[in-house]
Amino acid sequence: MSIDTRTAAHVAHLARIRVEQDELPALAEEFNRILGFIEELNEVDVEGVEPMVSVTPMRLKRRDDTVTDGGMPERVLSNAPDAREGFFAVPKVVE
Amino acid sequence: MTDLNALTIAEARDALARGDLTSVELTEACLGAVEAGGALGAFVHKTPELALERARAADARLKAGAAPALCGIPLGIKDLFCTEGVASQAASRILDGFRPEYESTVSAQLRDAGAVMLGKLNMDEFAMGSSNETSVYGPAVNPWKVDERKLTPGGSSGGSAAAVAADLCLAATGTDTGGSIRQPAAFTGIVGLKPTYGRCSRWGIVAFASSLDQAGPMTKTVRDAAILLQAMAGHDPKDSTSADLPVPDFEAMLSGDIRGRKIGIPREYRMEGMPQEIEDLWAKGAEMLRDAGAEIVDISLPHTKYALPAYYVIAPAEASSNLARYDGVRYGYRAKLEQGDGIVDMYEKTRAEGFGAEVKRRVMVGTYVLSAGFYDAYYNRARKVRTLIKRDFEQAFDQGVDAILTPATPSAAFGLGEMGQADPVEMYLNDIFTVTVNLAGLPGISVPAGLDRKGLPLGLQLIGKPWEEGPLLDVAEALERAAGFVAKPEKWW
Repeated sequence: MSIDTRTAAHVAHLARIRVEQDELPALAEEFNRILGFIEELNEVDVEGVEPMVSVTPMRLKRRDDTVTDGGMPERVLSNAPDAREGFFAVPKVVE
Repeated sequence: MTDLNALTIAEARDALARGDLTSVELTEACLGAVEAGGALGAFVHKTPELALERARAADARLKAGAAPALCGIPLGIKDLFCTEGVASQAASRILDGFRPEYESTVSAQLRDAGAVMLGKLNMDEFAMGSSNETSVYGPAVNPWKVDERKLTPGGSSGGSAAAVAADLCLAATGTDTGGSIRQPAAFTGIVGLKPTYGRCSRWGIVAFASSLDQAGPMTKTVRDAAILLQAMAGHDPKDSTSADLPVPDFEAMLSGDIRGRKIGIPREYRMEGMPQEIEDLWAKGAEMLRDAGAEIVDISLPHTKYALPAYYVIAPAEASSNLARYDGVRYGYRAKLEQGDGIVDMYEKTRAEGFGAEVKRRVMVGTYVLSAGFYDAYYNRARKVRTLIKRDFEQAFDQGVDAILTPATPSAAFGLGEMGQADPVEMYLNDIFTVTVNLAGLPGISVPAGLDRKGLPLGLQLIGKPWEEGPLLDVAEALERAAGFVAKPEKWW
């Protein structure tokens, strides 16, 4: 499986990372190197093997569905690059 | 008398308890060492006022009696841990300016035990790297040096390793996703323990690959690792994967007697092209444990070879999901936008400018292996291989093996800028002996065991059964004692 610049551009967009046109060939090349390394996994016989879900056998704990925290909007917003009137502010979303 | 900052936790604890020493004296000695150690690039956010305030509080507590073991002990904290009101950046530009409103569970437990935080320690960006060179702050530097070259302290917990090895602090916290505690520990001649997955809470630690990440101690001795792990470990309702199991008294489990323990030597770890020195050290380690009364047996872990490729599917996949949160909206860096830029432009520019090259590479590889059409071929296959890797270990333990001895790294520390420039995979090979342990969720410890021909430290790794850090530390201490590693880096900084 070889990755071309079109696929590289698609993956970059899926990952929401801007990659300039002239950087795409190098990126595709790196992907191919890493994927070539990963291809080794095809040698393994995985017939009938369950994919691992949890490394230690454990049941996820459940707790009562109640509010345990909150009521601190200023602290929640304190690290925002742009916060106004108690909200996170972002560029216009609706066209 | 040795410099106060060169003390071990155990020595300082006993001196503090006897009243021979105050935490303020100890903390001032460390703060002085931190100031003088700038060339090491280990501490990236210093908190001297906070440290002295906590030291004074610790002294009051010690005076009142019955203080916990870590009361008054100065520590460094890896930048991956969120610390309330103190910059916590995971060595990334994208978390520029982030000051958490909360404290990670592990660092809160240390704080509550009276430990003194000296500041935050350098690391690879988002813990992705094996040389500390992907850090936005620039690399930490290994205090060990044999010629004019600056050497890497390893990574990702490179700042932690450099700080402990250079006696800037008594011990440090690290995190380990594929070897990030054990490889730097081996490169700097200190002890590094990755506990069983679930032993320490991950809450408040910036996530890289959640099914692999685990915090652990980086210390000068095995005993110190036991003491520090004790304080870091325990169940946390805020991390659903943290184990609801009692935390034993690890230090009390250091018996000094490993007679009859069965130590496995996995034949698959004898890699082609492995330096003779590493092979010799490994054989010597086995001999030392045999001399201490352990039984050495050959074992097989047949899927070892596939651990790294499986890791480089699973870890990037989880990272691509975890790092989706860095969107320029809630915290950290946001790119400057042009007139007319929409929200997708904001995401894409913010992430392009905020993430470094290696992080972007892994996020995109992760995105690819999880994308429609490739999920089964890559991600599911890797998870199946992970099942087989864990099964290998289970079968070894079922045969009565108590612990497994391997080299910690395929080489000693290398020069900054010398590796992985042309091919990222070259750097990935650093984790070849450590990554299996994360995939299987097991505890693993790196113990300094000797010097190479040039005079650089080398480590051996011991791997234990799940939740049996106590017996593992016991064997590690026997190895430490037999190896008698006392070398220290010559001070050049």
